[in-house]
Amino acid sequence: MASDIKILTDKINIPGIETFEVYRKNGGYAAVEKAIKKMSPDEIVEEVKKSGIRGRGGAGFPMGMKWSFLAKPEGIPRYLVCNGDESEPGTFKDHYLMKNIPHLLIEGMIVSSFALGANKSFIYVRGELMYVIRILEKAIEEAKNAGFLGKNILGSGYDLELVVQPGGGAYICGEETALLESLEGKRGNPRNKPPFPAIKGLYQSPTVVNNVESIATTSWIINHGGDEYAKLGIGRSTGTKLISASGHVKKPGVYEIELGLPVEEFIYSDQYLGGIREGHQLKAVVAGGSSVPILPANLIMKTANGEPRLMSYESLSDGGFATGTMLGSGGFIAMDETTCIVRNTWNFSRFYHHESCGQCSPCREGTGWMEKVLHKIEHGHGKMSDIDLLVDVAKRIEGNTICPLGDAAAWPVGSAIRHFRDEFEWHITHPHEATQKGAVFMNKSILV
Amino acid sequence: MSEKIEFTEDRLKKVEEIIGRYPADRKKSALLPVLHLAQEQYGWVSSATMDYVAGLLDLQPVEVYEVATFYTMFHLEPVGKHVIEYCRTGPCSTMGGEDVYDHLKQKLGIKSNETTSDGLFTLKEVECLAACGWGPCFQIREKYYMHLDNQKIDEIIEDLSK
Ligand SMILES: Cc1cc2nc3c(=O)[nH]c(=O)nc-3n(C[C@H](O)[C@H](O)[C@H](O)COP(=O)(O)O)c2cc1C
Ligand code: SF4
Ligand code: FES
Repeated sequence: MASDIKILTDKINIPGIETFEVYRKNGGYAAVEKAIKKMSPDEIVEEVKKSGIRGRGGAGFPMGMKWSFLAKPEGIPRYLVCNGDESEPGTFKDHYLMKNIPHLLIEGMIVSSFALGANKSFIYVRGELMYVIRILEKAIEEAKNAGFLGKNILGSGYDLELVVQPGGGAYICGEETALLESLEGKRGNPRNKPPFPAIKGLYQSPTVVNNVESIATTSWIINHGGDEYAKLGIGRSTGTKLISASGHVKKPGVYEIELGLPVEEFIYSDQYLGGIREGHQLKAVVAGGSSVPILPANLIMKTANGEPRLMSYESLSDGGFATGTMLGSGGFIAMDETTCIVRNTWNFSRFYHHESCGQCSPCREGTGWMEKVLHKIEHGHGKMSDIDLLVDVAKRIEGNTICPLGDAAAWPVGSAIRHFRDEFEWHITHPHEATQKGAVFMNKSILV
Repeated sequence: MSEKIEFTEDRLKKVEEIIGRYPADRKKSALLPVLHLAQEQYGWVSSATMDYVAGLLDLQPVEVYEVATFYTMFHLEPVGKHVIEYCRTGPCSTMGGEDVYDHLKQKLGIKSNETTSDGLFTLKEVECLAACGWGPCFQIREKYYMHLDNQKIDEIIEDLSK
């Protein structure tokens, strides 16, 4: 049974928690003291490994393992770069965390930088969040004045400088190598891999890139130990996760859940989303940000085998792409029966086309093509053969590109057709009806 | 348009501070923050501004053009006093964003990428602003406006028109 334990957001509502003084009074920076005074960098890496935490930026790669891959050649600086680009539609959890409790991230950055042996670390934040950047810069200044940053932290001889870097409005800069290019003052074109950032990252030096939420969690892991963290959650999905919920639910917002919480409880209990808005029924969910496969309501509640679906990496992906999806970044988008899946798919396609960096032709051409065909269908000019054409284009992009944006663009289209094909067909056979404002095809059997 | 481009004293100091954040041979990293500073002062980024920024950071002008044209936040044409950047992406649309946007366009009497004749407002459509559960939303400069509906739009526009 999932508990309601909170480790990232337990103090988020304390008045003044954005200031150093209040954060410190409430136990803040204890992890820095413990890490720097009582632990060695390797011991910290070991605790993070034991915690089993997986990267919260979307890919879910084990954080401790990533840290242990970092190359450590003599005389070459190493970098920690925090990914606060947060541009995946449906995802707004890092925004919430950084603006409300900035010191949690700063504290995590200090602990993590110490563990990795970095003396200069960066927090890359999407440029639109300039007001959050100013909040972080203020928090850094406060931490510095209190001796937790800068030269000779707490008299240990360890130096660390934190730099907040603004992006310029480009989703692709969330991809870690594009982010590094951007941080070097260039266009955000993803790099060919290998070499991986752990060997050659920022300024050609060994670099770890981690999500805001991942880094913010390290303080708790240091304070309580990796084993304690690993007790939370379910199976290989250890710990808690921030879920940002949007769409047709009664209470959209950011929630911290213990992994393993049943999806049904998350949607319908008053503690979380409070159910679907009055008088409506759930039709579909995109559970982990716009990139992950969309599922009809019946399949998000229960797996194809009839097991209750849980909020965990494994349960959400149960059934593979045929009947499952992914936890991704935790951007949970709920849609009721008034939602037109074709229109939503077209909207997402337009997003990916707009955000493709254009380096590889399957992505550049394919995203444009999908957007065009979906636009045609949505506006009553589609042909039956267009549906298979879309499936074909999506398949040709998948796996054939430099970075995963190509996959991210293909999955929403492939999954929408897989589960809502009748809705696409209806648009084609009923072009006049389908283009009426508010008209939606209804297949009642999938509603919950 | 041969307006002389020169940062204010404050901004020049800020540029020095920004350059100091990176390793000495990595001045180019300062480009995005300095372009933001430029847009803060001039409202948009002209080619004269890009040349000026190139000079500040010892870059070739083309290195600045390449970057300024890649990132959508930089306005490469003159804009109105208030640039409204409206989120058009899925979750905000799901929460009623399309109707609210229609109302906004009607209220201002312009379409996307246009500026009102009095030069007060420019309208731009942008992608997800990381505020999806608080949508529909738009941004004007650094400020986020969330939970928008027709009435709120009217109030905001009237307020900014004063
Ligand atoms: C197109 C694209 C966009 C991404 N956007 C983000 C993002 O906004 N934030 C993020 O943390 N990771 C994002 N990622 C994942 C990063 O590449 C990387 O895996 C992550 O930052 C690593 O941190 P983690 O291991 O802590 O999750 C994105 C990946 C792709 C392919
Ligand atoms: S997959 Fe798309 S976004 Fe990624 S490198 Fe290729 S063109 Fe650029
Ligand atoms: S979809 Fe509008 S802020 Fe994310």
